[in-house]
Amino acid sequence: MRRATLKPPEGNGMKRVYQKEDVCIGCRLCEIGCIVEHSPAKDVVKAFRNVSPRPEPRNIVEERGPLSFSVNCRHCDEPACLHACISGAIAKDPLTGIVGQDPEKCVGCWSCIMACPFGVIRKNGAQSKAVKCDLCAGRTIPACVEACPNRALVFEER
Amino acid sequence: MRHVIIGNGVASVGAIEAIRSADRESPVTVISSEPHRVYGRPLISSLLGGRIREEDIYYRPEGFYAANNVTLLTGKTATGINTQARKVRLESGEAVPFDKLLIATGGVPFVPPVEGLDGPDVYFFTTLDDARKLDILAAKLRKIVVLGGGLIGLKAAESLHDRGIHVTVVELADRILSAAFDAEAGGIIARRLAESGISLVLGNTVTKIVRIKKRARRVVLSDGGSVPCEAVVTAIGVVPNKALAEKAGIGVNRGILTDDFMQTNVPGIFAAGDVAEAKDMLWGERRVTPIWPNAYIQGRHAGLSMAGAARPYPGGIPMNSIEFYGIPTVSMGISTPPAEGYEVLARLEPEKNCYRKLVLRNGKLVGAVLVGRIDRSGILSGLIRNGVDVELLKQEMLRDDFGFSDMQPEIRQALLAAY
Ligand SMILES: Cc1cc2nc3c(=O)[nH]c(=O)nc-3n(C[C@H](O)[C@H](O)[C@H](O)COP(=O)(O)OP(=O)(O)OC[C@H]3O[C@@H](n4cnc5c(N)ncnc54)[C@H](O)[C@@H]3O)c2cc1C
Repeated sequence: MRRATLKPPEGNGMKRVYQKEDVCIGCRLCEIGCIVEHSPAKDVVKAFRNVSPRPEPRNIVEERGPLSFSVNCRHCDEPACLHACISGAIAKDPLTGIVGQDPEKCVGCWSCIMACPFGVIRKNGAQSKAVKCDLCAGRTIPACVEACPNRALVFEER
Repeated sequence: MRHVIIGNGVASVGAIEAIRSADRESPVTVISSEPHRVYGRPLISSLLGGRIREEDIYYRPEGFYAANNVTLLTGKTATGINTQARKVRLESGEAVPFDKLLIATGGVPFVPPVEGLDGPDVYFFTTLDDARKLDILAAKLRKIVVLGGGLIGLKAAESLHDRGIHVTVVELADRILSAAFDAEAGGIIARRLAESGISLVLGNTVTKIVRIKKRARRVVLSDGGSVPCEAVVTAIGVVPNKALAEKAGIGVNRGILTDDFMQTNVPGIFAAGDVAEAKDMLWGERRVTPIWPNAYIQGRHAGLSMAGAARPYPGGIPMNSIEFYGIPTVSMGISTPPAEGYEVLARLEPEKNCYRKLVLRNGKLVGAVLVGRIDRSGILSGLIRNGVDVELLKQEMLRDDFGFSDMQPEIRQALLAAY
C-alpha cells in the first residue's frame, strides 16, 4: 500500500471497488453476492444450503450505529499481502493488476492477514486457508457491486 | 547492463521481479549455493511436520527463471567479490562479471559455545536439506533436544513432535519467544506446547553434549541437570551472512550497511534481506530484521535501484505471524518496548488463550502483540506504517473487532482511499 497521506498516482488503468458510506444501508447484499459468485453452483439457494460452515465473503461490511460500509480489497500497487506471503500463494497479474491467491498453495500462516492494511483477508476456518477478493476475474462488474441496491459500491478508476 | 545476484532466497526474488518490471532485456544471473530453485524457507517446518508435500515448498513456479529471462546457477558458491574489476569469483574458479550486484546471502545459523557441538548428531534447521535430513532421522529416533526457544526452535520442535519424537526445548531466557513476545504471550504459548507434550526447560542452557561410542546420548545443562537425547537441533537464530562482503571491503556493521536505496558504500553494489542492515521505520536507524516480508521488500527496492527505477525504501517493521497448535499469534513493531517513553495497553484472557497488547509512542501506534484472535490485525500494521495518530482510538483498538468504523471520518477515508 502507498502511504495514505500521499495522493494516489495518476490513474494506472485499473478499476477498483470503492465504498460510499453515506449511502450504504448495511443490507450486506454485497456479501451475499460475493458468496454466491464464489460458490461452485453460483446459485443463491445452493450457495447457502448444505454448506457448512457458511462460506466467507471476500469483502467485509463494518457497522457501528448508523454508520456502515463495505471494505474491499484494493489490489494494491505494492501489495503488502503478497510481500508477506511465505508460500508464494499470492501473485499480482501484471496485465489486469488483480492480486490473486491460489488456495492450493496457501499454508494458512496468516501472514497476509497480518500485513493487509485494509484488514480484508479472512480465514476460511474450515480449511485453514486465507480467502481474498479476486475482483471476480472474468466478470465485467464484480458481484458485490452488482448486488448493491444503493450504489454504495462503485467500480471505477481513481 | 549486467545484473548479478548472489543468493537465491526471497530477497533475490523480490529483486528479480522488480528488475523485470522496469527492464525486460538486461541479463540477470543468480548465483545459488543451494542446489534448489527458490523455496519458502519458513515452510521447511511444514514439510518436516508432514503438513505439505515437497513439491509444495517451492515459492515460484518451475518456469519462473525462464519466464523472467534469468540465468540460475545452482550449487555454485560465490567466494569473492572484486569491487574494482567488478567480478564475482565462484568456488568452481569461474568469474561472473557484473555492472550491478545484489548481495542477498541471507543468514547463517548462530553457533553457541557448547562443548561437543561440532560432533555427530547435531543439526541445524534453516535449509531444505536440513529438513530432509531431519525427516529421515524422525523415522528412526525417539528423543531430540532443541536448543533455542525462539521462532525457529519452536517450529522445529512442533514438527518433530508431530512426527512422534519426544522433544525437549532448552531456552536460556526465562520465557520462550523472548524476542517478540512478552511474558504473557509467551506464557500462553508455553502452556499450549507443554499441554501438547513438548518439554520446555527455561532459564537454562546446554553446556555439553555427551557421546557414547561417538553417538549423542544426553546433554548437560548449566544447572547441572541433564536430558537424554539421540540428537540435538541447534536453532538459536541466524546472523547475517556478511563474510563475503566484509572480505571485499564493503561496509558492514552487524549486517551489510545499506542506504535508502539499498545500496552499500560501494556504488552499484546493493544488499537486501537477512544479510542487510537497513532502515527501520520505527527506530529511525539501520537494523538487521531477519523476516520474510522485509527481505522481499528490500530485494524489491534494490532491484528497482539496479534497473534505474529507484524508489526509496520506506524502512521495515518487524512482524511475524505464527500459529502454535491452533493458537494464532501476531507480533509487530516494537512489541516489548523499553520502559521510558512508551504507553502499553493490554487485555489478557488467559482462560481463552487470548491476549491483545498495543504499544504507543507519542500518540502513535508502534507495536502490537495478538494471541488467540488475529483477525484484521493488518489494520494495526497499516496504522503503524502510516504513522496515524491513535490517541483517540486507544480503547477501540483493544477490542477484537476494531475496524475503520471506529476511526474519525477523515482518517478512515484517507486510509480507505489508498492503494
Ligand atoms: C525454520 C524457519 C522458519 C521461519 N519462519 C518465518 C516466518 O514464519 N515468518 C518470517 O517472516 N520469517 C521466517 N523465517 C525467516 C525467513 O525465512 C528469512 O527472513 C528469509 O528467508 C530471508 O530471505 P533472504 O533472501 O534474505 O535469505 P535466505 O532465504 O537465507 O537466502 C539466502 C540464500 O543465499 C545463498 N547463499 C549464501 N551465501 C552464498 C554465496 N556465497 N554464494 C551463493 N549463494 C549463497 C544461501 O544458500 C541461501 O539460499 C524463518 C526462517 C526459518 C529458518
